[in-house]
Amino acid sequence: METKKNSFLTKEIIATSLASAFKKFNPVYMIKNPVMFVVEIGFFLVVLLTAFPSLFHSGNQELRLYNGIVAVVLFLTILFANFAESVAQGRGKAQVATLKKTKSSTSARVVIDGKEVMKPASTLSHGDIVIVRAGETIPNDGEVIDGIATVDESAITGESAPVIKERGGDFSSVTGGTVVTSDELTIKITSLPGESFLDKMISLIEGANRKKTPNEIALSTLLVSLTIIFLLVVLTLYPMLHYLNIDISIATLVALTVCLIPTTIGGLLSAIGIAGMDRVTQFNVIAMNGKAVEACGDVDTLILDKTGTITYGNRMATAFLPVSGIAQEELKVAAYLSSLTDDTPEGKSIVALAKEQNISIQNVEELIQTSEHIPFTAQTRMSGLDTADGTKFRKGAYDVMKKQSKVVPKDLEKLIHFVSNEGGTPLVVMKNEIILGVIYLKDVVKSGLKERFKQLREMGIQTIMCTGDNPLTAAAIAKEAGVDSFIAESKPEDKIQVIRDEQKLGKVVAMTGDGTNDAPALAQANVGMAMNSGTNSAKEAANMVDLDSDPTKLIEVVEIGKQLLMTRGALTTFSIANDIAKYFAIIPAILLIGIPEMSRLNIMHLDSPISAILSALIFNALIIPLLIPVAMKGVQYKAMSSSKLLIKNTLIYGVGGAIVPFIGIKIIDMIISPLLKTMGI
Amino acid sequence: MWQIILVLVIYLPLVLIIGRYLYKVTMGEKMWGDSFFQRIEGIIYKISAVKQEDMTGKQYIFSLLFSNAVMIAIGYCLLRLQSVLFLNPNNIGNMETTLSFNTVISFMTNTNLQHYSGESGLSYLSQMLVIIFMMFTSAASGYAVCMAFCRRLIAKTDTLGNFYVDYVRVITRILLPLSFIVSLILVSQGVPQTFQENITLTTIEDKQQDIALGPIAAMESIKHLGTNGGGFIGANSSAPFENPTILTNIVEILSMMLLPGACVVTLGLMIAYRKKRSNNVWLGKQGASIFIAMSIIFLIGVAAVYISEKSGNPAIHAIGIDDHTGNMEGKETRFGIAQSSLFTAVTTAFTTGSINNMHDTLTPLGGLVPLFNMMLNVVFGGKGVGLMNMMMYVLLTIFIACLMIGRTPQFLGKKIEAKEMKLIALCILIHPALILGFSALAVVTDGGIAGITNPGAHGLSQVLYEFASSSANNGSGFEGLLDNSTFWNVTTGLAMFFGHYISIVLQIAIASLLAKKLVHNESVGTLNTSNATFTIFLVAIVLVVGALTFLPALALGPITEYLQLNS
Repeated sequence: METKKNSFLTKEIIATSLASAFKKFNPVYMIKNPVMFVVEIGFFLVVLLTAFPSLFHSGNQELRLYNGIVAVVLFLTILFANFAESVAQGRGKAQVATLKKTKSSTSARVVIDGKEVMKPASTLSHGDIVIVRAGETIPNDGEVIDGIATVDESAITGESAPVIKERGGDFSSVTGGTVVTSDELTIKITSLPGESFLDKMISLIEGANRKKTPNEIALSTLLVSLTIIFLLVVLTLYPMLHYLNIDISIATLVALTVCLIPTTIGGLLSAIGIAGMDRVTQFNVIAMNGKAVEACGDVDTLILDKTGTITYGNRMATAFLPVSGIAQEELKVAAYLSSLTDDTPEGKSIVALAKEQNISIQNVEELIQTSEHIPFTAQTRMSGLDTADGTKFRKGAYDVMKKQSKVVPKDLEKLIHFVSNEGGTPLVVMKNEIILGVIYLKDVVKSGLKERFKQLREMGIQTIMCTGDNPLTAAAIAKEAGVDSFIAESKPEDKIQVIRDEQKLGKVVAMTGDGTNDAPALAQANVGMAMNSGTNSAKEAANMVDLDSDPTKLIEVVEIGKQLLMTRGALTTFSIANDIAKYFAIIPAILLIGIPEMSRLNIMHLDSPISAILSALIFNALIIPLLIPVAMKGVQYKAMSSSKLLIKNTLIYGVGGAIVPFIGIKIIDMIISPLLKTMGI
Repeated sequence: MWQIILVLVIYLPLVLIIGRYLYKVTMGEKMWGDSFFQRIEGIIYKISAVKQEDMTGKQYIFSLLFSNAVMIAIGYCLLRLQSVLFLNPNNIGNMETTLSFNTVISFMTNTNLQHYSGESGLSYLSQMLVIIFMMFTSAASGYAVCMAFCRRLIAKTDTLGNFYVDYVRVITRILLPLSFIVSLILVSQGVPQTFQENITLTTIEDKQQDIALGPIAAMESIKHLGTNGGGFIGANSSAPFENPTILTNIVEILSMMLLPGACVVTLGLMIAYRKKRSNNVWLGKQGASIFIAMSIIFLIGVAAVYISEKSGNPAIHAIGIDDHTGNMEGKETRFGIAQSSLFTAVTTAFTTGSINNMHDTLTPLGGLVPLFNMMLNVVFGGKGVGLMNMMMYVLLTIFIACLMIGRTPQFLGKKIEAKEMKLIALCILIHPALILGFSALAVVTDGGIAGITNPGAHGLSQVLYEFASSSANNGSGFEGLLDNSTFWNVTTGLAMFFGHYISIVLQIAIASLLAKKLVHNESVGTLNTSNATFTIFLVAIVLVVGALTFLPALALGPITEYLQLNS
């Protein structure tokens, strides 16, 4: 799935969005968005007045052209709002198309009474046993019950490196639509057709059953009530004007209403929501609902696993520890040679460390070419090479090496303990079945995390590290990473307790997890992000799944959640602030007929009352497409304290929102007033 | 100018002290005079069989509505029967139906809009048993409901406080003692307090004149302390017997400002004390931010009236009359521009509604300020409900500001969600709906137009003022309106009724919802609702929402007048 696309507008999306924008004029659909629905009613009313200008007033034939122009601008206002929503939906659609291609396979080899029968994948049900061989697509979500194989999950995750799946443990779950690339797997199907992870993903991205999130509902309520207030203002203005003998056309009243009601945020609100979800998806995280993304913005506490989240895992070589009687240099060379063709991160880190320590070895290239290589595999848990002269270099897990060696040095045990106690992982190095020493693989804190945690602290988010390490090791790593607190020797049950304790303090807790025993904690947390590599039960308990299985991404998702809310707030403020300038354009224009002194309030020096009203209305329409990029990408966000953030956003969207329309309306007035004159208005 | 500053400087320490006292009364804390007050309250509870049990929000508001309904019924009967009852030395007749309806709603809702003149429309019995009585009970109802509201904001349960207990305590411990003190000050300055009938005398022009007397001082004190505003005499606080000297004027201004400001202090203390009790706190950060926000809007208003009145009327200046004293039309010479301007701003901001000068004769911008104060109805406001109205704006501001920093909205750790938002929106909506809706109705119906005495823009200003005053439960009149007619009695009666009761029912409902909410964590990441940024944001929201709602109407009224006068 190609997702990392920065431009949100392609020609294709524009074309399809425009088409669906027209379809959305259907009042049955429009009524879901009350603000725009009011605009639509106004539009129909003005269209009617264009056709029959003297419907309410007698003898106002010359108003036909003016009414017509107002109608066109109102039409564009609605179109732009619909277009914004369509564009937001359009991006998801492209992804869905790719996913659906993946889905539209396959027949499955089902085991019935010990015999293999071919059945269409769509007829599989819960509990069926299927066999999938290399090159075949896994028909539905399931659990590996036999075999070990590599699986290409790129269809879902976009990651091309295959992953190993085997029976039991945390790597036993497979996802429908992924492809087995080696060996074969026997799989017990765990979900019904149409309810697989892939299906869920499709429907989520499609936004087919998109529900308004709680905050979106609350904001809509506010917008609706603002709309009612302004409707009331305009409806009561009419009799008051009448009392003062000021004549005003219905089209102008409609224009005033549309300018005042919050059409900018009203038109973009659903686009913001869809785009927010979409940004999460672009990030290769599937949020099960919008509520989860919203909750992300509120996170107070992040519970992070040490291994894999804060550190790379036990896999960076940091020291070579020879057993007594062996020279450091000899161990180093042996470790280097045995890891030369080991492509695992551990292997690479050993080579890198050895080079860093300046090992002296000649003719490496020749040695590699003349030697026989034993690659690292999950089964053997060792690697090495046999040189042409018959020397065997090996390195691997302690227990594997112990079995292969002739003699186990007395102090080996001590070294192994030392490394383990420090929170590291020991690898044993052997030359011709003689143990030379131990490679110390240490947890290394991921680069940049310390700064990240500092930013989080500024945002008011506390981080708690969970680790199985002893308190000493845990403290050392906690300090290095800069987390706020840690829980050492933690068991999965501890995690759920920590979450409960935090929640009791009124905090919103987010965590990541992958194992089956993480499931209860994932369910308890307000935001639970499961790794795609994890078990199905974990994925089901979580409200987000990270397809890249990178727990650090939780931090980014929190930022996306905040950005989503901020975009709503910023555009609401902008929309309300806009009204000030619109008043200065329209009110003097309307009243000028009856009260000539009103010209003093025409501070923008707009050309004529009609051009003033139309300029405000056109500005009101144009601002919607101009703000589509903000709605799609979200307002800029940098981690800072809430007070600073409020000041910054208020200055940009509040003060800016008050000033921009003065300039915009003036410019539009300068453009349209000559045009209007040639039309004779 | 210095007169205005002086009054405000005296006000500050007073409001902090009374606020602290109100806090103790509200929270039922140990205080000076407990044994004395408890004895009196004990007797009242026993006689009226008050059980003193905690109430839910629903029970609380029901008790309030029920007790007010009973008082409305009694008040109505008394007004309709006053001619045959005792204490009627001036032989005043029964009040007409719609006027009785209007009057009794007016006083029960603490509006005190008067479509009658006290000296000619009410017997002494009615003045005391309807007017003064309701001045106490309506103010007590308002403060009680405000306490219930504030307590729920910080509470973790919806079952707390008893309406009848709060109501009695407000009267016994706050309104009665303070009224007593203020009455004595007023009497010392020459305000009458007597049952003697009106004096009829012959003036030097050889004309007969009635000098109105009665228990004026008793009414005058509670009229201001309870932010009521209804005058004993038609001319209200501009009449020498209601407000004889500069000193009484200052006392009356301070009396109006005292309790609405104290409510903010009380809420501030509640919030400050909710985690840790400390005696060094006088207002609390949250209280300060709200108090300052209100003060900013208030001071802008005072300055605007003062400057506008001081600079006088250009039309008068144009015909060559010396107007260096400013616009003195409709003002008392003993008060001058400063004391009149301050009184005008205070009586509308604190929604009292008494007047010491004719608001109808203010300059256009000078008249816009009291109008706008009542349209906002949040600049301290009257009898506790002003604070509740302001809290609606606070919650609205929090909603928008929280979104701006990327959090879902919460106040004091409690989430503001769709349900609360709906009620908040309704609360903010009801006030402009009543003002604009009824004003529009008035200018299209014969009954409405019949009452308007001025042509054009000023006529519209009169109408807007009347309904703003009714809906905000202020009660002051622009005057000049012929308002004792069926149309005006009924429409303003309804505006007062809905403006008062719908708002407080919704507000208690919001408080109840918040009371039951889970308290969320507050950190540097959550919105700080007690710093300068928030205060400014709050002022901006109040002004922008208020201005956006009322600007077209104001443009047709005072702003047009201003432009025409100064063109």
